[in-house]
Amino acid sequence: MAQTVFAPWTDPQQKPLIEFRNVTKRFGEFTAIDTLSLDIYEREFFALLGPSGCGKTTMMRMLAGFETISDGEIWLGGQEIGSIPPNKRPVNMMFQSYALFPHLSIWENIAFGLKRESRDKDAIAARVEEMLRLTRLTKFAKRKPHQISGGQRQRVALARSLAKAPKLLLLDEPLGALDKKLREETQFELMDIQEKTGTTFVIVTHDQEEAMTVASRIAVMDEGRLVQVATPPVIYEQPNSVYVAGFLGDVTVLEGKARKAGDVYELDWAEGQPPLRCVSPLTLSNGQTGYVAVRPEKVEIHRNKPEDDNVLRGKVIDIGYLGNLSTYHVELGNGQIIKAQNFNTERDTRRSFTWEDEVWVNWTDRCGVLLEG
Amino acid sequence: MRRFSWFNATSLTLGFAFLYLPMILLVIYSFNESRLVTVWAGFSTKWYGELFRDQEFLDAAWVTVKVAVFSSTLATILGTMAAYVLVRAGRFLGRTLFSGMIYAPLVMPEVITGLSLLLLFIGIGLDRGVFTIVLAHTTFSMCYVSVVVSSRLSSFDRSLEEAALDLGCSAFEAFRLVTLPIIAPAVISGWLLAFTLSLDDLVIASFTTGPSATTLPIKIFSAVRLGVSPQINALSTILIAIVTIGVITTSIITKRASQAQARDEQAAIRAED
Repeated sequence: MAQTVFAPWTDPQQKPLIEFRNVTKRFGEFTAIDTLSLDIYEREFFALLGPSGCGKTTMMRMLAGFETISDGEIWLGGQEIGSIPPNKRPVNMMFQSYALFPHLSIWENIAFGLKRESRDKDAIAARVEEMLRLTRLTKFAKRKPHQISGGQRQRVALARSLAKAPKLLLLDEPLGALDKKLREETQFELMDIQEKTGTTFVIVTHDQEEAMTVASRIAVMDEGRLVQVATPPVIYEQPNSVYVAGFLGDVTVLEGKARKAGDVYELDWAEGQPPLRCVSPLTLSNGQTGYVAVRPEKVEIHRNKPEDDNVLRGKVIDIGYLGNLSTYHVELGNGQIIKAQNFNTERDTRRSFTWEDEVWVNWTDRCGVLLEG
Repeated sequence: MRRFSWFNATSLTLGFAFLYLPMILLVIYSFNESRLVTVWAGFSTKWYGELFRDQEFLDAAWVTVKVAVFSSTLATILGTMAAYVLVRAGRFLGRTLFSGMIYAPLVMPEVITGLSLLLLFIGIGLDRGVFTIVLAHTTFSMCYVSVVVSSRLSSFDRSLEEAALDLGCSAFEAFRLVTLPIIAPAVISGWLLAFTLSLDDLVIASFTTGPSATTLPIKIFSAVRLGVSPQINALSTILIAIVTIGVITTSIITKRASQAQARDEQAAIRAED
């Protein structure tokens, strides 16, 4: 069973396909990437996630060869690629704007890269047909890019960048221009194609849902540094910092002074409120500043006081109804707001809680995450 | 909705009369039977016939076309290169100075451009003739080309070139296979602009010409000094006709292209449903 799980990063025998070794990139005074090291393995679907200006696009452009490296080295498949120009790298990129050549047909767009390296017309035609089939574009081969829809353009861009069978495919916000529904469909399509072709994908995105859906591992970036590199479940359930917890999904973060109490930590966080109990592998000294981060779906909401850990009293001040679930904002006596989420499992228009209701919220000591900063 | 108004009608008439009355008179008198330009003596096309028998005019026309073709082609190549560098090179020390220097000849008085070129040609001992006029016209029309091309290039999506590089093109291949075909309309309009500028330039041509090369504007100007002949009217009418046909053709081509694009996009939207 363990062998079927794809996790080359846990295997010390595996050699990474891409290695960033202490890479720094400066634009004049501004440091976009700060002595960053990262390994990405073959067949991975690796997501670089972060807000705009965090350096994720710069990382990708350095891999493609459009930006030089100020300091450090990037290795690809056992070769240092810093001095190799973009047209000589076994790397292809799918651009955010798709960058389809408007004067060429879909067929010619896909054949463009192939024609640069080979004169064998039959081989090129066969490969183009294969890519057209893979991306379900055979019908549109003769059209020009402005004669097809946005979703089709996105698939042409993908087909064109995959046609040369690169070792590494870079995707720059590939789904940014699509509407939500098409985006979700396309995410699964991308995963299928990645699996079929066995290409290593590196995707840049600011959309955390997209990263969670498609990626084998996610690197969360901030101001040119990697904050956490891990699989989506680890990033979500065991964030290593308040930044990561806040960047992915919804969360309530409470600050206080940590204190060891038996096999759990207790966080004294507000006067007149009970301490928050939290199980944690971290070691915090007594009185050290700590944070408890708790996801709304792990917070239960009750009308009567439950007998459990971390029970807090407050009143409902806001309700967000999303159809499948509802989010409640519960304001405690000291003004702190706790977010709680309930699944609407029953088809009942009467909501169980309404505005101004006095309620109790609680979560168990395993549901909160203790963080140092 | 729109009602007839005397004010609008008068403005329109006055405006168009101001623009076109002189030309209409010229065209009408080109069909005048009489040798006297201002006296109407009946319809005739004889001055056109005489024009085509006049070897001097034919020679001048041939020189003008040669100069215009060579200079506009040279200007287009140089102007496109200059525009490409200025738009692409990003910020470098003295960039503003360079772009200012490219555009300065646009506002430079022609007399000064002509005079300075004349001094240069004398200085380096170049015999004046067709070649020097071509050089002079290239000099002043390349800035027009570079203005037209650089405005197209600045709206050009840079990632198209990067995509070409990414797919294995060298920098030159990327320019030839991607950039140039896309900016081609701007390059062609630049060429047409340079061609027209060269066609009707009198001042710079008269400074830089030699005895062997008389362009049409120079010929017309010197002929008119001896008195306006109906032949000149006929020649001018032909020039007006050429320019009009050119402008109309260009606008029809542009309109058809944009209509075709709109139709294709409609088809694409239907295909999505």
